[in-house]
Amino acid sequence: MTCTEFLAQLDELIDDEVTVSLRADLEEHLRECEHCEITLHTTRKTIEIYKSHEIYELPEDVRTRLEQAIMAKCRKC
Amino acid sequence: MSTIQTSGTEEVHPDVLLVERAKQGDVQAFEKLVRQYDRQVFRIAQHITQNREDAEDVVQDAFLKAYEKLDQFQGNSKFYTWLVRIAVNESLMRLRKRRTGRMVSIDEDVETEDGSMPRDLADWSPDPEAQYSQSEMAEILKKTIQGLPQGFRVVFVLRDVEGLSTEETAESLGLSIPAVKSRLLRARLQLRERLAKYFRKNGKNGGGK
Repeated sequence: MTCTEFLAQLDELIDDEVTVSLRADLEEHLRECEHCEITLHTTRKTIEIYKSHEIYELPEDVRTRLEQAIMAKCRKC
Repeated sequence: MSTIQTSGTEEVHPDVLLVERAKQGDVQAFEKLVRQYDRQVFRIAQHITQNREDAEDVVQDAFLKAYEKLDQFQGNSKFYTWLVRIAVNESLMRLRKRRTGRMVSIDEDVETEDGSMPRDLADWSPDPEAQYSQSEMAEILKKTIQGLPQGFRVVFVLRDVEGLSTEETAESLGLSIPAVKSRLLRARLQLRERLAKYFRKNGKNGGGK
């Protein structure tokens, strides 16, 4: 397997959507290719970091204000 | 009392019951839906518009539009997916207004950068987050994701941050499944590439400092 072929399956591997035999092939490539191993590991880390940090938080007071405005208009609908 | 028809033993999503009640004029049922999803709608809108005021307006407009159009919600997709689609459209409309009427679409800028091959191949430090304070991290993550083409950014946010499936993301954005897949791969790789300069071992800011 080449690195390009590996990369084409990267998302499926990360999302755990590969068949058993494809997984075995991908893992075999990983054992021989440090670059793809690093790409896989750091891409996983990228997703994990974005998932765990809420970068746009809606402050509770703004949230309450918006909810009240929405509901006031809905009642008039 | 009304009953919800289901086929066989299929479980009804709690949102469907709330939607049914809201359709019959139960405003409190709709309020529950608002409280359940307003933070997500806000985040998605902020990622698209990159503007706080616009994102707040989108939250209001998207829920009001959803309320007005509840009758059109068929229940063959999840309420949340349907709501996200409305929120994405409202966000694009806001962008269009800001850019004085120029058409803005989810396809914009997608072809400008390829980025499908990793270039930075250095490994990251074992705990990259430990090198930065919470607020520094937030800045790095915002700056990095804002630099992505919009069409990639939205796909990444819906799939990886908000946890929609590939099919739901495609439905929300009106894209094909292969388009979502190819954008997701490029978005992930480009973000990885851009974060590498902050997080790699012995990098400018990394190492034992």
